[in-house]
Amino acid sequence: MLKPLRIPLLALLLVSLGGCQMVVLDPAGQVAMGERNLLIASTVLMLLIIVPVMVLTAVIAYRYRHSNREADYQPDWEHSITLELVIWSAPLLIIIALGALTWIGTHKLDPYRPVEQTAAAGETEPLHVQVVSMDWKWLFFYPDYGIATVNQLAAPVDRPIEFRLTSDTVMNSFYIPALAGQIYTMAGMQTELHAVINEVGDYKGFSANISGEGFTDMRFRFKGMTDKGFRQWIERVRSQGDELDRTGYMALQEPTRDEPVHYYSGYADHLYRDIVHRCVDPDTPCTRATGPDDEPAGAQEAATAVSVEALARADAK
Amino acid sequence: MEHGSALMHVLLGKLTLDAIPYDVPLIFWTGVVVAVLTVAVLGTITAAGWWGYLWREWFTSVDHKKIGIMYLVLAVIMLLRGFSDAILMRLQQAMAFGGNMGFLPPEHYNQIFTAHGTIMIFFVAMPLVVGLMNYVVPMQIGGRDVAFPFLNNFSFWMTASGAMLIMVSLFIGSFSRAGWLAMAPLSEAAYSPGVGVDYYIWGLQIAGVGTLLSGINFVVTIVKMRAPGMSMMKMPVFTWTALCTNILIVAAFPILTATLGLLSLDRYLGMHFFTNSAGGEAMMYTNLIWIWGHPEVYILILPMFGVFSEVISTFSGKRLFGYSSMVYATAAITLLSYLVWLHHFFTMGSGADVNSFFAITTMIISIPTGVKIFNWLFTMYRGRIRFEVPMLWSLAFLFTFVIGGMTGVMLSVAPADFVLHNSLFLVAHFHNVIIGGVVFGAFAGMNFWFPKAFGFRLDPFWGKVSFWCWLVGYWVAFTPLYVMGLMGVTRRLSHFTDPSLQIWFEIAGVGAAIILVGIAAFLVQIAVSIRNRHALADTTGDPWDGRTLEWSTSSPPPHYNFAFTPVVHDRDAWTDMKRRGAERPTAGFSPIHMPKNTGAGFVLAFLSFVCGFGLVWHIWWMAGASFLALIAVAIGHSFNYHRDYHIPADEVRDVEQTFARRVAEQGAV
Repeated sequence: MLKPLRIPLLALLLVSLGGCQMVVLDPAGQVAMGERNLLIASTVLMLLIIVPVMVLTAVIAYRYRHSNREADYQPDWEHSITLELVIWSAPLLIIIALGALTWIGTHKLDPYRPVEQTAAAGETEPLHVQVVSMDWKWLFFYPDYGIATVNQLAAPVDRPIEFRLTSDTVMNSFYIPALAGQIYTMAGMQTELHAVINEVGDYKGFSANISGEGFTDMRFRFKGMTDKGFRQWIERVRSQGDELDRTGYMALQEPTRDEPVHYYSGYADHLYRDIVHRCVDPDTPCTRATGPDDEPAGAQEAATAVSVEALARADAK
Repeated sequence: MEHGSALMHVLLGKLTLDAIPYDVPLIFWTGVVVAVLTVAVLGTITAAGWWGYLWREWFTSVDHKKIGIMYLVLAVIMLLRGFSDAILMRLQQAMAFGGNMGFLPPEHYNQIFTAHGTIMIFFVAMPLVVGLMNYVVPMQIGGRDVAFPFLNNFSFWMTASGAMLIMVSLFIGSFSRAGWLAMAPLSEAAYSPGVGVDYYIWGLQIAGVGTLLSGINFVVTIVKMRAPGMSMMKMPVFTWTALCTNILIVAAFPILTATLGLLSLDRYLGMHFFTNSAGGEAMMYTNLIWIWGHPEVYILILPMFGVFSEVISTFSGKRLFGYSSMVYATAAITLLSYLVWLHHFFTMGSGADVNSFFAITTMIISIPTGVKIFNWLFTMYRGRIRFEVPMLWSLAFLFTFVIGGMTGVMLSVAPADFVLHNSLFLVAHFHNVIIGGVVFGAFAGMNFWFPKAFGFRLDPFWGKVSFWCWLVGYWVAFTPLYVMGLMGVTRRLSHFTDPSLQIWFEIAGVGAAIILVGIAAFLVQIAVSIRNRHALADTTGDPWDGRTLEWSTSSPPPHYNFAFTPVVHDRDAWTDMKRRGAERPTAGFSPIHMPKNTGAGFVLAFLSFVCGFGLVWHIWWMAGASFLALIAVAIGHSFNYHRDYHIPADEVRDVEQTFARRVAEQGAV
């Protein structure tokens, strides 16, 4: 009965696969690629049972139509141990396979787990980025370089990125489809995401969770760059930006829509930590941040110290 | 001046003339159209002098059959509202590209998708489910009514009051912009200062009382009031699914009530359960709302599984295959539905062990669901399938729902969810299972039981037009959303920058238009069937060669359903009676004890509506007075001792003999 529909549907599917940019199925980062592979594997696994069921439905509905007097009619046939064993165990087997795949995949692709580095690329010091979702824009701190940006994010290719994320306001979800799956940002809490971009490019990033009137415009660009390009970008941010002090941050807290890109050559000490603890305003007492990574007060300096060395190494290359 | 405004504040709370959105043309004209329609409908009723009839025979009725029909009427009316929202969303998203901002600013667009979700789940899907259960369950178990008939009437009016309050928000003030689950902290006073979230809270709280009470009512009815001989494992599958659904309602709805209660404490009294500051924990709201929210999904779909079981078995002319499997599968889904809620927020960083646990429990639900699909398949196998309209809906369900199930399991794989969460893929998935499951099931059920309720069948031609439009429209509307989800497009956006997406939204818009034709065809189907009611008449009470007890009564059934309580020997009790050549009794009737109609449910629900309105607008005297009145009426009603009557034996005999004669003329049993 669905026959007249099937061909246009199939055509639609093929056109869609060939004709447009399915970033989820063709990402540029290793983590997103792992997630895509799992998505495809699970789909194939399920099609093993879905396709026979659909074919069987059509065949049975047609064969046992009322007008077909040839077909066997057994109005009281209602039970078969063999068949019932099959119909419980077939889905069970599929789910055991899928469950195993999911258990492994969920652990391997856990956003809190550092990216597996390939031997070929060599060990690299990860890039640290601290992300703050605000009404309605994204603020990015680069503690390794002491700079910050609004609505623009950049990273060199093949260098693992360690995101720490929080929110200044309501919940948002930080999502760059080409890079890795999304993670929520929540006020007073910190989440983590590990990812790496493997191809140079200009990618879309956005909030994937409704956060109010400016939600639609809460987009940013994510630039995957060569090492050289990234160093130049850092320099550009340093030379074009000004300092983000606490007053500047509090001005940034004002809800705005479609905010242009800002560069900051530096920012106030402990600014990110105090955003997590919700006490940027010196008059507000700090809350104790909850979350898996409750960074003590010196962690930011430690991270910065490491990354200054990393920067020096990178510059020396 | 100062005194005047203070007085106005006491009298009207936050309500001022500015609350009426006469400056927004779209809402203003919607308001005008709705007002004109309302006046026209009320005018017609008044002119025709139907008020007395409606009040006596319907509004105050405690008959489960009439209450069931009123639920379904409410659902269809609210479907028109919810679908209008869908059309607005489709238009906006198809238009708003680049320099074109569309016709809805975000603050309005956000209200529309919130209203669409809230209305479709609480005031369309729920009344469809509760309406069908109300009509069918007492008759399937050979009962004369539900356990608590007055409570049933009250439950309906509470649901209707909640719907009214949500409708009022369209014209006075505004509705919530925080999504259909009002996620904190967005729904907190700091980020949603207006009355929108308050309308949402009180609309759902009032309707929630109705739903919870109706859940209790049905659990008791099914457990205590089955006909003699009907053991649990002889219950029709629809009754089984209804029992499981009502157990879910009783266990899950208090969580919703408590969660919304905590949110209102935050909003009204400045507490900090879910706020960003002062120790609030917004993630707790997400947890709590989904601990209710996931069972809610099964509350909607389980009874529809029951409908499909009845329809497929009847139109295949065959016993249901694997009855025990079906029952255990239903019970397994009922239990498992409480163990999966976290899959709605894998992306909140719960850690790999927790995510894996909930991913795998979610997948496990697909096992009993898969078993059900196979059972329906093997019910058709070796059957004689008649492709009547209810059967068409059921077949379309089988094809559509397996795809929705598959995309559901895809989303349950936590890392796959990281890339698809909150995307249009997710939107396509839940419409796939809600339209493909709940809506298709409701249409199958309404086409199936309509002749029972009204004494004539629904016109099959317009039924098929409606069916094909819904089926084709669904796929045209939501396939593009699946595709766009894979293109990384997220939900709830009111404006786009990427022009390559526009064509997909346009296709989706066409799909929505096809569904609109499907809805119109359904209304035409009803109108045409009423006109042709004599040609479509069902005189035997058993138009489809039914298998369960409801088909043993006349269509429409008498008030008391069964003159004698039937004795059940087999699962397909009516098929069994037909085979054994059971004779209709024509003598030996005794008076039947029935509950009397009462207006108390209507009055209580109306007072709840007034109280809700007062709370929304901070009109404290109104909220307080109506709450006190509510308690007074409830107490007063408990002193009403004239709550039952007897139908005289002669009347029963006349009704039964007339029906028996008519059936004998038809040559049926």
